[in-house]
Amino acid sequence: MKAFTYERAKSPAEAAAAVAGREGAKFIAGGTNLLDLMKLEIEAPTHLVDVQDLALDKIEETNDGGLRIGALVTNTALAAHPKVRKDYAVLTRAIVAGASGQLRNKATTAGNLLQRTRCPYFYDPNMPCNKRVPNSGCAAAEGFSRQLAVVGTSDKCIATYPGDMAIAMRVLDAVVETVLPDGKTRTIPMAEFHRLPGDKPWLDNTLGKGELIVSVRLPAPVGGQHFYHKVRDRRSYAFALVSVAAILNDDGSGRVAFGGVAHKPWRVEAAEALLPQGAGAVVAKAFEGASPTEHNKYKITLAERTLAGVIAEARS
Amino acid sequence: MPSIPTPPITRRGVLVAGAASAAVTTVPAAAQGPAKAAKIAPVPVKLVVNGKEVELELDTRTTLLDTLREHLKLTGTKKGCDHGQCGACTVMVNGTRVNSCLTLAVMHQGDEVATIEGLGTADDMHPMQEAFVKHDGYQCGYCTPGQICSAVAVLKEIEAGVPSHVTGDLTAPMAMTRAEMTERMSGNICRCGAYSNIFDAMSEVGGAKA
Repeated sequence: MKAFTYERAKSPAEAAAAVAGREGAKFIAGGTNLLDLMKLEIEAPTHLVDVQDLALDKIEETNDGGLRIGALVTNTALAAHPKVRKDYAVLTRAIVAGASGQLRNKATTAGNLLQRTRCPYFYDPNMPCNKRVPNSGCAAAEGFSRQLAVVGTSDKCIATYPGDMAIAMRVLDAVVETVLPDGKTRTIPMAEFHRLPGDKPWLDNTLGKGELIVSVRLPAPVGGQHFYHKVRDRRSYAFALVSVAAILNDDGSGRVAFGGVAHKPWRVEAAEALLPQGAGAVVAKAFEGASPTEHNKYKITLAERTLAGVIAEARS
Repeated sequence: MPSIPTPPITRRGVLVAGAASAAVTTVPAAAQGPAKAAKIAPVPVKLVVNGKEVELELDTRTTLLDTLREHLKLTGTKKGCDHGQCGACTVMVNGTRVNSCLTLAVMHQGDEVATIEGLGTADDMHPMQEAFVKHDGYQCGYCTPGQICSAVAVLKEIEAGVPSHVTGDLTAPMAMTRAEMTERMSGNICRCGAYSNIFDAMSEVGGAKA
């Protein structure tokens, strides 16, 4: 690990300014992903701004009947919150489908949104990777791509966003709330928070330098039956090959987002409108224009079958 | 010709070398030499470890795991993968289990850390330690301190109503079942494969239904 200096910020605006004003500075919250990457020197910050004292660890009800989740609420606390379990079950289900108990106790809401890809070439400094070293090339496109993205890819990157929580937040129309280095605030809909790789795959999301997530807002509950089905190589503690976050209504309508298939949670509103016609119609529309590799084209079939399983469970 | 002293090979030495060679496959060559960066002053860190207050001066990079093992000589907590994948380093921080390899000591000013040494002693074992002995919940023993710390925490998490991936009704009280225990222990790997005995030990302590 490269050497770094360390400070604890006292307010969100101070933290944002501290990171914005210093080359090589980064926020640290739970640290479960950042420290892993720092040990491998994939991340090498020269200064860490610890945000743990910012009192962003509360879950509060909002005036419109929704919830405001503090950036530092742990995955465990969020998954276990009574109102989340009752009214936003897709979120609890997604969180407990990810990582291990130890990691969920430490990982935070904001940190989870900022989790970096698990593409094996991103993790291997001996290989080119445009996400790790801009414009160095992409070893994944012609390489071992079984776990990687099938849709929304570019010729520069086929990495996936690896998390589960954000897939549920996308289906719930969550909004990310931030503080900028000048103290102003901004809101970013989950749909626009993560970005597609395009020509700049080293950018995972639309946050600016020093912009700090302070909370995630959930709109009022929408009812329906909630599902998070995750298909992975082992039964627990593995990243998704494909996951389906869905909220289904009695009349067959609903919402659906896919995980493990793209650089961001993959929700296509025009595709979910086809839910009454069944999984085949939804997946055909959602994965229109997909460009899978020989190794990961199975994911499109798997997405359809996983969604079909969810729909069958909703009807039973 | 000067003779090169050969250090005695110990079980611990072999394990450490094994962990290091596993890490080398992913670490760039430049990272293996001594750090060339400007010297950064050590920072004071105050922790409460197994009920005892300790004060240390540490490099900011020091993980909680290395603090326990290398600075406080509490070697019960083990370093397996050092990347949060195996659970051998599991300890309690302020009452919840975490991977001590994936957190920095400086992030834990004033925190209460409980390790396997604080849980029980050979003469006065914690009920979970007794159950592991009774049910043979280990073979080589390397993952055992992490397994035991995790097992104790898992039973508390079920009692506290923290849901898991196998929980049926999210709004009902959690059931103390073997399925719940198995799922919640997935962050602790045992390469000897003592899992079924570990779950026997946990089931006895937790009073599990089938």
